[in-house]
Amino acid sequence: MAETMLAADGTPLKRSLARALRRQKLRALALIAPLLIFVLITFIVPIASMLFRSVENDIVANTLPYTVEALADWDATGTDLPPEPVFEAMFYDMFLAAEAKRHTRLGTRLNYEQTGISSLFRQSGRRMDDIADISYEPLEDLDKSWDDGETWYALFNARGDIDSDLLDAQRKRIAALTDGDTSADINFAPDAQLSALLPLAAREYTAWAVYVATQNNRDPADRDPWESVAPALVTDLQTADLSRYSGPMADMLRAAQQAALPAPDYAAAFADMDDDWARPQPWQTIQTHSSAYTSGYFLNAVDAQKTPEGVAWQPEEKQILLTLFGRTIWMSLLITFSCIALGYPIAWLLANLPMRQANLLLILVLLPFWTSLLVRTSAWKVMLQQQGVINDVLVWIGFVADDGRLIMINNQFGTIVAMTHILLPFMILPMYSVMQTIPPSYLRAAKSLGATNWTAFWRVYFPQSVPGIGAGSILVFILAIGYYITPEIVGGTKGVFISNRIAYHISSSLNWGLAAALGTILLAAVLVLYWAYDKIVGIDNVKLG
Amino acid sequence: MGLPPYATLGQRIWYYSFRVICGLIFFFLVAPIVVVMPLSFNAQDFFTFTPEMLRLDPEGYSLKHYRDFFTNPQWQLALKNSLIIAPLATIISVSLGTLAAIGLSQSHVPFKGAIMAILISPMIVPLIISATGMFFFYAQLGNWMEGTLGLDKGFVGYVKVVLAHAVLGIPFVIITVTATLVGFDRSLTRAAANMGAGPVTTFFRVQMPLILPGVISGGLFAFITSFDEVVVVLFVGSASQKTLPWQMFIGLREQISPTILAVATILVVISIALLTTVELLRRRSERLRGMSPG
Repeated sequence: MAETMLAADGTPLKRSLARALRRQKLRALALIAPLLIFVLITFIVPIASMLFRSVENDIVANTLPYTVEALADWDATGTDLPPEPVFEAMFYDMFLAAEAKRHTRLGTRLNYEQTGISSLFRQSGRRMDDIADISYEPLEDLDKSWDDGETWYALFNARGDIDSDLLDAQRKRIAALTDGDTSADINFAPDAQLSALLPLAAREYTAWAVYVATQNNRDPADRDPWESVAPALVTDLQTADLSRYSGPMADMLRAAQQAALPAPDYAAAFADMDDDWARPQPWQTIQTHSSAYTSGYFLNAVDAQKTPEGVAWQPEEKQILLTLFGRTIWMSLLITFSCIALGYPIAWLLANLPMRQANLLLILVLLPFWTSLLVRTSAWKVMLQQQGVINDVLVWIGFVADDGRLIMINNQFGTIVAMTHILLPFMILPMYSVMQTIPPSYLRAAKSLGATNWTAFWRVYFPQSVPGIGAGSILVFILAIGYYITPEIVGGTKGVFISNRIAYHISSSLNWGLAAALGTILLAAVLVLYWAYDKIVGIDNVKLG
Repeated sequence: MGLPPYATLGQRIWYYSFRVICGLIFFFLVAPIVVVMPLSFNAQDFFTFTPEMLRLDPEGYSLKHYRDFFTNPQWQLALKNSLIIAPLATIISVSLGTLAAIGLSQSHVPFKGAIMAILISPMIVPLIISATGMFFFYAQLGNWMEGTLGLDKGFVGYVKVVLAHAVLGIPFVIITVTATLVGFDRSLTRAAANMGAGPVTTFFRVQMPLILPGVISGGLFAFITSFDEVVVVLFVGSASQKTLPWQMFIGLREQISPTILAVATILVVISIALLTTVELLRRRSERLRGMSPG
């Protein structure tokens, strides 16, 4: 058996080498780690949060938790309205959302799916008090004490066992609704006996107490609860067995039960408020979009919509986003081809001139490359507008009449010209670096073997320059499909790209989910192209300047 | 590739027409940038040449747009912001980027491909997507910094834009510095270590001077990226972090004044200066590397 080789310090050589290698790896990683962490936090996490936002949809379940639960069993494909419990749940959810001023946000969200639902929510939110008053006023007429917050507090605040499940559930409900912190002490705990006896009223009172204590910083002990506790109490009293109840307000509760106060007819009250509630459409929309994650934004991004019956496509003439995707790809291709056509002769000239002249001419390519994008875009605005330089020159040489000036800006032409100019250096530089490696003797050899100039170029030179064209084309295409600034300024309405639509949804329409979905689709397209670029050219071969 | 004396007429015609075509393409590349310069001296508030200018009448020219740039508080705020944000972003990307590039150029780096892909990604992902992602995330980050850390709102605004610009500049630093390190002779560091220099001394006295041209040109790329960036700052920043490109963008959209052309001319002059610097550095770096053996 061979003797183990030993290092100078007596450890086996193999182990010593492995340790040295490990130390080297660790040192390399330690040098990279700060930057890697920096990029992960400031760049990768934001991108991931955008991907997440394109499917995130918990706003419906957070704002209308009981309605979503009650709607779960309803068959949305029929023409029937949802049953009464759904309307009842909707009343309590909507009442709380309106008090927290969150119903309009949900209305805006659902309006992306069904036009008009935003104003329905806004108007209905204001009228929730009217429904509550159906029960609240008779209750108050029966006994003035019901008008007093202390009565309610004394009734529901715990004397014996605390219903901590109820309290936790309501803390969660308010937290989900307001995006706020609800963990603070609220100086109230629901009584377990009462919450068993009057479940709905205890629930709504607890929700109110959590809200005023954590969101408004008020003590629930000396505030009057919202009117929604009255219909809840009246509903509970219809079925509650008070015969063995002996706690506080026992007489008042019995009196109220005996008076058989009216509970609201929720379905009728909603229909009375707005006819739309008496149609299945708003309920279908709520049910269809109630899950916490949705493909809805992605469907919207390709001009489709989620409906109870499945995916519905927009009619052909309304498919704006698909048109825009198509136009983005088409115009990017046009720009790429213009860059090839203009860049190839230049790259060839640079590669075949003597070094000194080529370097001088290269400066003419690098100057636009280094010039601010905004400068080049403003230059094209100056050149292309109707009172601009090109039109002036054309009028001056008599090519067009003064009143027949060409429209070259705020359309596709403007975008293509300006972007070809901006991206041309990205095409010339990779082409040039590939052509530099093609020995000129090949062309001479082909010619001396009898090839014409054209044959020599086409059969010998061109095939060797294809990698340069490929690298430049992918680079230009990747850059073109994500461009925003130049189309925004010279593109008008007909010459804009999908990125302008993303920016519009971020800053104007505030449909962030749709913006994120559009961004995700664009990102996927770019990553596929990037992968192809890496396969063909190799990312390590990217050179600058 | 001169024209041989025996060239036919057709070859002669093609030779000269090819030169003319190339000349026209060069004209296309440079003309828009050149046209902006004289227009910025326009005495009128037009984006085009006035008859006085074409007659070379001194009346037609003036420095009013430059005066406007240097006196208008909006433009001055934008200039100040650009000069605050771009250097800070550059310092972050250069210091972190150079360290990482040195790490990446070691011979045994685990997951090198994946790490490289992550570090290069800010350059690959279209700006509008980076901006969208940052818009969502940096708003929360800003709220957290204001709420939990209790930082000043204006300060947080700058921090957000500087961080965003720093990460956008990183790929350029990584690419240029790794390219310089490819030609770096490792025996020099070993020689330094052999003579008793610690890793820190070796880095600052031996390695750094040799890769400095690459670091500086990477830094210039990072600087110009931030100085020229508008999409991300539009989404992440607020009006008090308005930079020069932002102000130009607003001006172009709403067509306020030809002051934009004056700014454009100044920026072109700056970019010519930067281009010259990078070119000189590149030549110096090649010369230095050509000197080292191996």
